[in-house]
Amino acid sequence: MVPPDDMDATDPLSDLLVAVGTTRDMEAFQTLFRHFAPRIKSYMARGATSALQPDEIMQETMVAVWNKAALYDPTKGSASTWIFTIARNQRIDAYRRATRPEFDPNDPAFVPSSEPAADDRMQTQQTSKSLRRAIETLSTEQSEVLRLCYFEDNSQSTIAERLNIPLGTVKSRLRLAFAKLRLALEASGDAP
Amino acid sequence: MTIRHHIEDDLLVSYASGALSEGWSIAVATHLALCPHCRARLETAEAVGGQLLDAITPEQVDALAWDQLRTRIASGATAPEVAPRPAAIASDIPRPLRDYIGGGIDAIKWRNLGKGASQMRLRTGDPTTQVRLLRIPAGKPVPEHTHRGRELTLVLSGSFHDEEGSFGPGDIEDADGSVLHQPIASPEADCICLAVTDAPLKFSSWIVRALQPVLGI
Repeated sequence: MVPPDDMDATDPLSDLLVAVGTTRDMEAFQTLFRHFAPRIKSYMARGATSALQPDEIMQETMVAVWNKAALYDPTKGSASTWIFTIARNQRIDAYRRATRPEFDPNDPAFVPSSEPAADDRMQTQQTSKSLRRAIETLSTEQSEVLRLCYFEDNSQSTIAERLNIPLGTVKSRLRLAFAKLRLALEASGDAP
Repeated sequence: MTIRHHIEDDLLVSYASGALSEGWSIAVATHLALCPHCRARLETAEAVGGQLLDAITPEQVDALAWDQLRTRIASGATAPEVAPRPAAIASDIPRPLRDYIGGGIDAIKWRNLGKGASQMRLRTGDPTTQVRLLRIPAGKPVPEHTHRGRELTLVLSGSFHDEEGSFGPGDIEDADGSVLHQPIASPEADCICLAVTDAPLKFSSWIVRALQPVLGI
């Protein structure tokens, strides 16, 4: 089996997650655990404001990954992206005791895309690689604001206070960072 | 539905990261339900989260953690989720906003604001924002107001225009405190919209200033 950290040729993490979803493959799940549990724990430790230990929320997240694995569609995104969204929702649930308002694709009032889904697994992997490279090219300031926003569960005004910069600067750095990442995807032909 | 006014990047990124509070997220998620274009952008923003998670400095996990997890799963205490939730009833307002109202447009409990305009405040668990529905009579202005912070306005039915442009169903206007705007509902129909603010709106001189030019009083 390809080591999970080697994501250049294929995306073995994605294959493992599919195996968990389709055949409840415990061995595959253990490999996923070895890769993701230390990362999820690190992610949870950064936003920690509650009595809950990062280990506990990591555990809850991995249970949710096991339970929801059948819903994972590898043509829609990488395993890392899918697991990130599960961890994010667990964190909101645990730390903020809040519900995250989300759209519901099964809602009759939901407006579906008129374009056929062009995504495939090759493209998903390509997107991951291009994004990873593009993130490394961000300026220190842009990267800092992006990480504070993603990792530390900080509202824009909290980021502004922490960095002692105007709120408008936080907004513009986030906008510049995201525009740069999207541009990199377009340049590599990954975005429509 | 042709949507021309979309979610700003910083708001989309904050929503994808999970950092956006509940009040703003209601407007963002309801726009996303109506806008495939922004959903594609959201996928990119979530993929950024995936890559950041992958590149994070890992933390040592307790040696017993895997055994505990495995025992918990093997005990059958966890139930796999397979089928998505059944489809909800047809409605003119998409989720998640519909859940906050408790129904569609017919279920909105309007309270009179004066001069034909009305509002309904929505209860959320987010103390940092105010979330309300506004109904502006056809051809009339929204009471002129100032706000210190950000204001998100999502059109649900009808349309309005102001100094920034024309806004129809699904369009979202993102105004900060520097924008002095006076939205006016289009003459064809009442305009119903969702408004989220981070500071209490101050309706000022509603009769004297705002309605004067329109009503000719």
